[in-house]
Amino acid sequence: MKWRSILVWFASGLVFGAGLSLSGMINPRKVLAFLDVTGQWDPTLLLVMGGAVAVTLLGFRFVLRRTGPLLGSFDLPTRKDIDIPLLLGAALFGSGWGLAGYCPGPALAAFTVDLREPAIFCIAMAAGMYLRRLLPL
Amino acid sequence: MEGFTPVAGVSGGLLIGLGALMLLLGVGRIAGISGIFANAIAFGSESGRRWIFVAGLLLGAFIHQLAAGIELPVRTSLSWPLLAAAGLLVGAGTRLGGGCTSGHGVCGIGRLSLRSIVATVVFMTVAGLVTYLTRHVIGLPT
Repeated sequence: MKWRSILVWFASGLVFGAGLSLSGMINPRKVLAFLDVTGQWDPTLLLVMGGAVAVTLLGFRFVLRRTGPLLGSFDLPTRKDIDIPLLLGAALFGSGWGLAGYCPGPALAAFTVDLREPAIFCIAMAAGMYLRRLLPL
Repeated sequence: MEGFTPVAGVSGGLLIGLGALMLLLGVGRIAGISGIFANAIAFGSESGRRWIFVAGLLLGAFIHQLAAGIELPVRTSLSWPLLAAAGLLVGAGTRLGGGCTSGHGVCGIGRLSLRSIVATVVFMTVAGLVTYLTRHVIGLPT
């Protein structure tokens, strides 16, 4: 039943978005204050990651033991190798993140408090995603 | 400058993890926002659910802000060309590397994926380096 799937996607996003806002990650200066280790360091993001990973480390174990999710089947990344695209991609992503303090989730959530900045960032992010296909990797 | 907010930080993190867990248990997918957004903007047959996730994300953030008191926008001090450059890097990088802080950092580590652990170490380190460069070497205003 389609509506149950829609409900799951919506509810998951709802909880995720509330978490993004509560954690303070929508504030790019707070993120940059974490990344700025030699400056006025704000370790909050470490705790945010810690809290999130604590849930997934514990919870994913149980969920992945099942033969399938509540609806449909598992559709998970299967690759295990470390290759150049992974390393380069992570480096490029890190560069953008370290520059602006925005990554995809917070940039979208920022539309609840602002228009100009998340618009510029997200349009550029979309462009970057399309442009990735031009890269010979 | 806002200070250390451990309780809100951990609580927010727990909710982020819970949202990811809900998506995995519910429909068997990884809550990697870069992937969700990329799928959404492809406007394919599967994109509708992604936009619904994004709608939920926006509403969830909005509800928290209503409950906590309206937050004024906090902006970076970047000029729009630099902000756009950052967006381009994040867009291309997350597609090339297959994930972001939620995809690799939260979900990938949760699955004990070596790829994700490596990716997370790389993007965290590079991000720290770039922030250091822009703030303490180049001296972009904060």
